Order: sequence, then structure tokens, then C-alpha cells
Amino acid sequence: MNTDPPFVDVRNLHVNFTGGRKPVPAINGVDLQVRRGEVVALIGESGSGKSVTLRSLLRLHQKRHTQMHGQIIVGGVDVLGLTDAALADYRGKVASMIFQEPLLALDPVYSVGAQIVESIMRHGRVSKNDAHQRALSLFERVQIPSPKRRLQTYPHEMSGGMRQRAMIALALACNPQLLLADEPTTALDATVQIQILLLLRELQRDLGLSVIFVTHDIGAAVEVADRIAVMYAGRIVEEGPAANLIRTPRHPYTLALLRSRAHGALTKGSRLVTIPGAPPDLSSLPNGCAFAERCNFAQDECRQNQPAAIALSTNHLVSCLQTDATSNVVALA
Amino acid sequence: MNLLRVQSDASKVMALPYDRTPGYWQTVGQRLLRDKVAIVAALVILLLLLLALFGGMLTPSDPYKTSMLSRLKPIGTANFPLGTDELGRDMLSRLMVGARLSLFMGITPVILAFIIGSAVGITAGYAGGYVNSLIMRTIDVFYAFPSVLLAIALSGALGAGITNSLISLTVVFIPPIARVAESVTTQIRGRDFVDAARASGAGAFTIVRVHVLGNVLGPIFVYATSLIAVAMILASGLSFLGLGVKPPEPEWGLMLNTLRTAIYSQPWIAALPGVMIFITSIAFNLLSDGLRSAMEIKG
Amino acid sequence: MASDQPLLEVRCLVKHFPLKKDLIGRGGGVVRAVDGISFEVREGETLGVVGESGCGKSTTARLLMHLINPDQGEMVFDGAVVGSSDMPIKRFRRQAQMVFQDSYASLNPRLTIEDSIAFAPQVHGLPHKESIARARDLLARVGLEPRRFAERYPHELSGGQRQRVNIARALALQPRMIILDEAVSALDKSVEAQVLNLLLDLKDEFNLTYIFISHDLNVVRFMSDRVMVMYLGEVVEIGDSESLFQAPLHPYTRALLSSIPSMDPDQRTEFPPLQGDPPNPINPPAGCRFHTRCADAESVCSQRLPKLVSQSHNHSAACLMLEADSGHRKARHLLSQ
Repeated sequence: MNTDPPFVDVRNLHVNFTGGRKPVPAINGVDLQVRRGEVVALIGESGSGKSVTLRSLLRLHQKRHTQMHGQIIVGGVDVLGLTDAALADYRGKVASMIFQEPLLALDPVYSVGAQIVESIMRHGRVSKNDAHQRALSLFERVQIPSPKRRLQTYPHEMSGGMRQRAMIALALACNPQLLLADEPTTALDATVQIQILLLLRELQRDLGLSVIFVTHDIGAAVEVADRIAVMYAGRIVEEGPAANLIRTPRHPYTLALLRSRAHGALTKGSRLVTIPGAPPDLSSLPNGCAFAERCNFAQDECRQNQPAAIALSTNHLVSCLQTDATSNVVALA
Repeated sequence: MNLLRVQSDASKVMALPYDRTPGYWQTVGQRLLRDKVAIVAALVILLLLLLALFGGMLTPSDPYKTSMLSRLKPIGTANFPLGTDELGRDMLSRLMVGARLSLFMGITPVILAFIIGSAVGITAGYAGGYVNSLIMRTIDVFYAFPSVLLAIALSGALGAGITNSLISLTVVFIPPIARVAESVTTQIRGRDFVDAARASGAGAFTIVRVHVLGNVLGPIFVYATSLIAVAMILASGLSFLGLGVKPPEPEWGLMLNTLRTAIYSQPWIAALPGVMIFITSIAFNLLSDGLRSAMEIKG
Repeated sequence: MASDQPLLEVRCLVKHFPLKKDLIGRGGGVVRAVDGISFEVREGETLGVVGESGCGKSTTARLLMHLINPDQGEMVFDGAVVGSSDMPIKRFRRQAQMVFQDSYASLNPRLTIEDSIAFAPQVHGLPHKESIARARDLLARVGLEPRRFAERYPHELSGGQRQRVNIARALALQPRMIILDEAVSALDKSVEAQVLNLLLDLKDEFNLTYIFISHDLNVVRFMSDRVMVMYLGEVVEIGDSESLFQAPLHPYTRALLSSIPSMDPDQRTEFPPLQGDPPNPINPPAGCRFHTRCADAESVCSQRLPKLVSQSHNHSAACLMLEADSGHRKARHLLSQ
């Protein structure tokens, strides 16, 4: 049993956004641990808080309208306590991020090679030549064809898949140990998506990276993740090894999510199983379980108390009071 | 294929109140009312407009009465609170009555140019293609001239006088307004809801009337209001050069011209009409800025 | 017999977009977005259309709606050529409507919901009062309570609600066919499930025919009776949904279907079925457009254009491996048949 401390240790994270008329508690007490070399997928829908969690690890939120408290420790570094200068060092070197739309994340007026070189030189005393060599080898690593030529191209001149590879190269330029991926394959075609997912898996294996992968697509999560965590209304409601979560989910939301997927085995003319209602308004969350009003298994106690996380097995945690009822439900038809 | 996940709008889904929420323009009005700078600017403009309308009746002295004995009296003289000009006329009275002509010369060309320029620009923007090129390249020819030169040239060609300066100023402002109108219309034209309207079989006029106008007139109007200050200054410039208002009519630009010689003896008095132009320009600019901010409502 | 006649027949539709040259003659070229596609849609069915970037499915949707004009080819709706005196475009517009992907951009931000829905009937002559009444009735049918939603503005609604409004708007003219261009792609999965169910209910209730364009293969399989696969402006395979998904004939279809992530953590995908990105339709490869990425490509594939050939009842594919006299080695066994 691995007794090393986790590489990423998030405890009781709360994030409030105060920019609008009412404060919005986007994250309400998230605990997340990621070991070295482990891939964790965060699944959820709009408003679940998965992207906010990810961005908190790099402190990408606007300082003015964001309140964060709790604990975020990455590689022994207390992220919430970093000064601005230390934060700039931390980003890229310890943890870095790839985004959903590379065109928005890459600078359009510099070639991709120049951006990688700049990042390398920012984080260490490396000569320009060496930085350029490293950029070239990164491009080869992410399997961009004709890498030497491509270093000179601009982001808009590249196709979608290639841009995403370039962004991965940029993220890995300074040898981070944690890679944060915010829906990196959502905007890609199916045949390109599977290439990028496999590339990420291969890179992760070769480099021993820890990866936190945010997505709304359960299929993509299953392809890359060792563990999956499901988020709802700013909390993690269930987390566990990918196989357990997919085959024997125990939280009603996870169950409902899996059952509402359209897939090949459904009979023609049947209807999808839907989750009644709509996601909650984060600025006015109920006292009890946030999912209770949409839940088939909800009882009175659910509406009154926040369910604490129960360990169903060593690695499988569920925040639900009705796990007995869900133990016999079939997830996938 | 680019699919950006829709940002979290979960907060909108909760029980909406039964009663009607305000429409777009009401929301703009509410936001404008909260903008203190814009309110002050609006009040200043209101005062100036009142001055323009009623100034003539409220002047302490006759703005046209000359007096060779009372020439260039300084500010604070008894009977002449702001002094007198080079012909002995009361500055305060002339400034008050001057508001009428100056504002008229500033606002009217912009209103006319707004109507004509919008029509031209929206047509070009909606039609696209060959028609658009034809219209916009013609507009560009006029746009190439610096506005001051163009105004002077047109005024010179038409002759001096208020009507002619109004015409030349209107012509000067049509191209920039048309450009903005074309640009905004082209953006709206590309939106899916216009395609949806086309797909429902509506004709071009109907689509422009129902779908385009409501979305473009606002931004064009804001741009046009920012031109009022420029129009006033240009009109003053034309009067300064003798191409606009003719003496003895009080108009701030003309007054700047005739008081030129007094810069060395009574600089404060010579500057007064300029101060009025300055105040008016700033007020209009601030109001149009406020309007622009109020209109940027993110849905 | 009227019931055998397809509701929509598309014949050799072509749409090219010329690119501008710069001052010294560089650039230029033509984007061959749709390069001669023919297919039919039967009344009451859902035809799914799949393909990746550059395949031309969005251009096809706009061509079908006559939002852009084809360079060549024609469309026959219910036996009448669209644009002819038998079926002038305005009349066609009452028969076919479209739901777009971006639910927010599809609605005029300055109009109330009911005004947006009532616009089309008014254009076609229905008086204002009746149009508003029909709009409110449709809002109820798509699951939005008229009292709460009719007088709201688009920015006050969520993505799923807006898309329901767009569906109501598409129904306002009582069309026979609706084109859904990635209509559920931008929605959360749980909302998507609700909207898909709604579409199925409406189809039954109003006897509609759907053309369902999507990149999500699972959803397409669920919704469609027949599926059409497009690649670089051409139809490469078309047929009954189940037989296409279980036994795809075209190498591209096979690659596309095996790109769907497996839902089994113990059986993960090991190798990507295709390398590289979908190519640009500016200078498509000669011959079969897929040959540059096809594992079975031979020299004949760059010389001959495959035709869409029926392989079994209700399943056709355009591949030289399936044409008996094409010269492809894998097709030789067909010669003896």
C-alpha cells in the first residue's frame, strides 16, 4: 500500500465569487488527493464546479472577486499562500494547464515555437539554443509531423488537433509534475479526440505525471483516468477507481448520469431516462443534499443534513445517505 | 468543429418571478440612472438646452447692443458680470443666446447624418456582396478627406451661411456613421437568428425592420452622440473662418474669431466662448460614454 | 404511389467557395465544401448525418434550407423541384425548418420569446393575435409554461430552455421536415437527454421528418433510422442505422466508429484508428478522397472515384473495395459473384 503523501492534497476547499449581485459559492468543501503518476478525472455538468476546482490549483481566478479558503498543497507547496512571484514560478514548473480551445489560450501573434522557448527561458537559466532544442524535442514527443517547420507556425495556421498537441507541448515545456486538463478534447473531432486522449495517456506514463482531467464526457474520462470523481453543486459526490464508478456507481446522481446516456444498446423508439428538474442555483443552495430535490431515492433526512463522505471500500467514497438503496440498481443497460 | 461548452447559467434556471422583467431599453435606462457621471453630464446638457430655448428671454442685457465706450470691460464689471466684447456687447448675454445657434449647429447635422448614414450603412451591411462594395467604396472616397478640410471645401463651394454650413457638416458626418452602421449590421447579419428569419420566408425589408434595426440603431446612436462635440467644434471652426454664422449673430465659434484681437488685452474674455464649447463637448462625450456602458449588458 | 416517393430528394448538390487571391496571385483556390452529393429522405424517418470538420454537413444543412444557393444540383421536395413554380421557395419554407446549434445566437435578443416564435406565422399572413396564441400553445408543447416564459427575453433562459424555444419556433409554421444542425451539441448531458426525448415526442405527435446532424455518434445511433456519413464534401456511406453501426462498410466509417471511447476501463482503446486531422476541403486528394489516410489504399484509389453502390437492401457505400471491377485487390473476389 502506497504510504507516500499525495502529490496533490486539497482539503476543505471553498471558493466564493463575489462579483455579481449575490455571492456565489462555486466550491463548497472539496477534498481531493492525487498521487504521483495518477490520473484523476473530474466529471460534472455546467455549474458543478469542476473547472473552478481546476483553476483554483493554479490560482487562475481574479483576485478581486474571489475568496478562497481551505488547503491546497501541491508537491509540498502551499498554493494558497504563495506570493505573486512564487506563484509565477510555480505555474509551468510544478503544475501547468491545457485548455479546451487552444486558439484562446495561445498568443496569436507569436509562433508556437517562440511561445515554448519563452516559457522555458522564463523558468530557468537556459540558453536560447538549448530552449529551442528542447522545444523541438517536445514537438517530436507530442507527435507533430515535420516538427522543425511547425515550430515557426502560428496558432491559426494549425489544424485543431495539431494546435492541441502544441498546447500540450507548451504545458510540458518546463517539466511540470502536475498536468491540469480543462476539457481538452471537447472541441475536437472524434478521430482526433481519441488520438489526443491516447497521447495524454502515453505521455503521462512516460513522464510519470499526475493529471487532473476535467470533462463532461464520461467516455473520455474512462479512457484516461485511474480514478474518477463526480461533482455536483460544488462538491464531490462520489469518487473511486474508474472501474468501480462505471460498473457499480452508488451515488444517485452518478447513476442517473450514466443511465441517461444515449448508447447503442437502447431499443429504437424508446426514450432516454432523464434526471428530472434542473441544476441548482448556486447562490441559494439548500441546507441538505443539493441533489435531493431531483433524486429518486431522497428521504427526509437527505433534505436536512449534508451527507458526509462514506467509504464503501478502500478507495470508493460516496456522499450519500441512501447507499443501501442504490446498491442494487443496475447502472448501464 | 468548435464547440465551446455553454458557461454555467444554472443560476438562471431557478424559479423566475411571475411578473414581467424589464425589457432591454428599460434595463439600459436603469443602468444609466446609476451612472453618476452620466447623470451630471445629462444635467449639464439639459441646462444648455434650456439655455438655448429660453436664453433669449433671460438675458440681463441686449446681446446686440453695442457701446463703443464699454468695449472690453473686464469680468466683474457692474452691469456686465462677464465683461464685454470688442464692440461693447454684454458677454453673458451673448454667451447665453449663443447657446441656441451653437447647439443647433452641433446637433442638427448629426441628427441628419444619423438618419442618412444609418440608412446607407444598414443597406450596405444587409445587402452584402456587390452592393456593399459599391456603397462603401463610395463612402470611403469622402472618408479619405480630413473632416475639417472637407467641411471647409464644401462650405466654400456652397457659400457662407447657416444652411450651407449645416449641409456641409451633414455631408462630413455621413461617411463615419455609415461605416459604423455597415459594420454593426454586418455583424448582426451573420447571426443565426437572422438566418432563422430568412429561413422562415421573410423578405429583406421585414427582416431589417423587425430583427436588424432594434439591434443596430443603439450602437449607431451612441457613436453619433459622440460626434456632436466634433460637430460643434467644426461648426465653430467654420464660423471662425467666416464660412458659417455671420455677425452680429452670437455663436460661440464666431465669438472666438471676433475676440481674437482681445487675447492680449482681455485673455479671459477671449477664452470664454471656448470654455462654453469645451463644457458642451465634454458633457456630450461623457453622456455617450455612459450610454455605451449602459448598453453593454451581457445576457 | 405517393408513399414510396421520398419526401426529399437531393440530386448532385455542389457548393464551392472561391478563395480570394492576393495582389501577386497567391492563394486562390476553391473550398469544395459540398462536391456532388445525392441522397433521399423518406417521410417520417430520421436521417442522421455524421462527419468531421470539413465534411460539409453544415454547408449541406444551409443548402437544404436555401440559406445559400447551390452551384449545381437540385432538390425535389414532395415531387416538386424546389425553386420552380410548383414549389416556390417561400412555400418550401413552410415545409422545412431548421434548429441551429447556438441557442443564444438563434434568438433575437431584443424580442420576447413569444414574439420570436410568432414572427414566422405573421410573415406568412397569420394575424398577430393568432400568431401569439399559436406561439403560446407551442411553448406549452415544448414544456415551457407560457405564463412564465412567453414574455421573457432570451438572456434570461438557460441553454436547454432556449433550445426548446428554438424548437417551438421551428414548429410555428407547421413544417413537415425539420433539420437539426447540432441542435443538442452545446447542452449539458442531462439537458440533452430531455431535449432528445422532446424531439422524439414531437416527431410522433406532429408526424415530422428529421434530418439530424451531429458529431456525437451515440446520439445519432439512438435518434436515427438511417445514417449518412460524409467525408470531404461527399457521401461515403448511407444506410440503415443499425446495420451501419454494427457492420460499417467504408473504411472511414469503421475508423469513425472505433474512435468512440470505450466505456470499459479494462478494455481501453490502444491505437487510434486514424492519424492526423481531417484534411482541408481546399485541395482534396484525387480519386477517392479518403485514400491518403486509408490503410487499404492502393494506386487505383488515387485514380478512380468510387461510386455510391448499394451493398444490401438499404445500405450503400462508396469504396473501390466494394466495386467489383474497380481493380482493387480486395474487390477481386466480387468479380466471381
